[in-house]
Amino acid sequence: MSRIEKKFIEMKRRGQAALIPFITAGDPDLPTTLKIMRALEAGGADAIELGIPFSDPSADGPTIQRSSERALKNPISLPAIFQLVREFRKASELPIILFGYYNPFFRFGLDKFASEAAQAGADGVLCVDLPPEESGELKSCTDRRDLDVIFLLSPTSGADRRSLVARHGRGFIYYVSVTGVTGARQTFDVDLRRQVAQVRRATKLPVGVGFGISTPKQAAWIAEFADAAVVGSALVQRIEQAKSKADKVKQAGDFVAQLKRAMTAARKKT
Amino acid sequence: MPLKVPDRRGHFGPYGGRYVAETLMPALAELQRGYATVRRDAGFKRELAYYLKEYVGRATPLYFAERLTRSLGGATVYLKREDLCHTGAHKINNTMGQILLARHMGKHRIIAETGAGQHGVATATVAARFGMECEIFMGAEDVQRQSLNVFRMKLLGAKVRVVESGSRTLKDAMNEALRDWVTNVRTTYYLIGSVAGPHPYPMMVRDFQSVIGREARRQILQKEGRLPDYLLACVGGGSNSMGLFFPFVKDKAVKMLGVEAAGLGLESGKHSATVQRGAVGVLHGSKSYLLQDDKGQVMETHSVAAGLDYPGVGPELSYLRDQGRVQFDSATDEEAIASIRFLAEVEGIIPALESAHAIAVVRRLAPKLKKRQIIIVNLSGRGDKDMITVGDYLGVKL
Repeated sequence: MSRIEKKFIEMKRRGQAALIPFITAGDPDLPTTLKIMRALEAGGADAIELGIPFSDPSADGPTIQRSSERALKNPISLPAIFQLVREFRKASELPIILFGYYNPFFRFGLDKFASEAAQAGADGVLCVDLPPEESGELKSCTDRRDLDVIFLLSPTSGADRRSLVARHGRGFIYYVSVTGVTGARQTFDVDLRRQVAQVRRATKLPVGVGFGISTPKQAAWIAEFADAAVVGSALVQRIEQAKSKADKVKQAGDFVAQLKRAMTAARKKT
Repeated sequence: MPLKVPDRRGHFGPYGGRYVAETLMPALAELQRGYATVRRDAGFKRELAYYLKEYVGRATPLYFAERLTRSLGGATVYLKREDLCHTGAHKINNTMGQILLARHMGKHRIIAETGAGQHGVATATVAARFGMECEIFMGAEDVQRQSLNVFRMKLLGAKVRVVESGSRTLKDAMNEALRDWVTNVRTTYYLIGSVAGPHPYPMMVRDFQSVIGREARRQILQKEGRLPDYLLACVGGGSNSMGLFFPFVKDKAVKMLGVEAAGLGLESGKHSATVQRGAVGVLHGSKSYLLQDDKGQVMETHSVAAGLDYPGVGPELSYLRDQGRVQFDSATDEEAIASIRFLAEVEGIIPALESAHAIAVVRRLAPKLKKRQIIIVNLSGRGDKDMITVGDYLGVKL
């Protein structure tokens, strides 16, 4: 059983929704990323999405685009990111999901990638530009290792796609809350709750919601009906705006703690 | 070599496919269905043929370049005059097809990416003609070097969105267009201008551009009573080359040569020779050759011709290259500029900087061949848009 699966079983038992923060590996540099990851765990994160920077992030809004650009200013490579995961894994059982675009993984060699990622202690892979239809090559390398390939569904996905993703997905299903790119938003479709329920009927996998969640209040609302809330741009923005590296680490930890408190309170209420 | 490519999911052998965000998958399925319907529809074909003739100005001539042929002293050279199309390049063959499709699909907002601005102008033109809202994404660098085309697009009523991210060229314009599409997918038609992108674009754009090759094939049979020995076309994303090549793919005796931009030289690292110097990768929705570093990051490319300055290439060209069916060569910035002057002087035709790359290679190739051998060069666009760039390059202040 993968760490992701175990984590969701544990969350269910505790009656909580998981908080999954997203950060970009290497923004501002890899040693600071390690410290931020530890601060996220201390703040109450239940898993971490570790963004793999890519030169052409066509599904991302300006905040994560800038974050990727900053990360790519230093030399960064998958082996260096695996080393980061290995270092973090020494003292943590928190699930880690590598989140990125397909090309860097493909270029590295999919089998080598799957083997080294699993060995380093990563638990899941999510490529925003890899729908189930094109995932055969990657999955033939990951499925025999403890590495979950996570797929997305969106408000445009119909019943055919829900069942396709339910068939191929592992770990959890990532439901994209809005039709659009990543980035903080003021409001959500009131229909989101119904949409998530629709996904649930198609799958036994846990359902996480992401894209645009930026305040404790929004995260709390998501926690009422989803198994996980993913918070990316709002966190990355705080890291961007904090002046010193120490402050970036502290801001990240504090923000996650706020989100987590709100989510826990929301679940107690219901 | 399998005769039917792409397969149902848009694969050309190992290339092509559909590597996009989940949000776009239903839109691509809708597009595929829409295209499959009109492709077989006699009414749609008649409509497209009507506009290609009356509005675009087809058929374009297959012109025997007599003085060029004599001055090179070898093969007989014909120019397929796509530069004579309305708006000045082959791009409108495809935008006309796609705008009619968009209309059939009930979409009213059109977006497109552009490099040299030719596809942007061709899109803005047909959007104006059919009364549709139009936004064109263009890299800041290209906006600067193709200011004339920016003005044309605005005059045609399109909104030009200047893209400041990444290398500020065509690839970044395409990223931004994808971001817009994913946000407005329910109302918006994304009109891709090259044989790149996710399925069904590479196939569909190829089909719409194939009018070039179908005409050329018929014309050369009329004029010479036989097929040509060589086809020559410049390759950025690959739309004009696929348009010329495709109707000849099964004619094994016809050699096909794609000309990539060598920029400052293939060894300089500042070029756009994707097929010759790239490695297989995934960008903008399909798998194909890609100029990338060893970590899978897309490299910044260079060419004096904005329309060739792109790190990717259409998946079908990668496939045909692996099959040995299409060969590749390249021309530098300097050779392209020199070829503009050359063609202007010998034939009174000023080619686009992109097309001048193909002229540069015909200058090397023709003298090695015999007079009875025939070369068709796709003169994909005219050079009016490039006068400021060429002037700068030659140190002439306009």
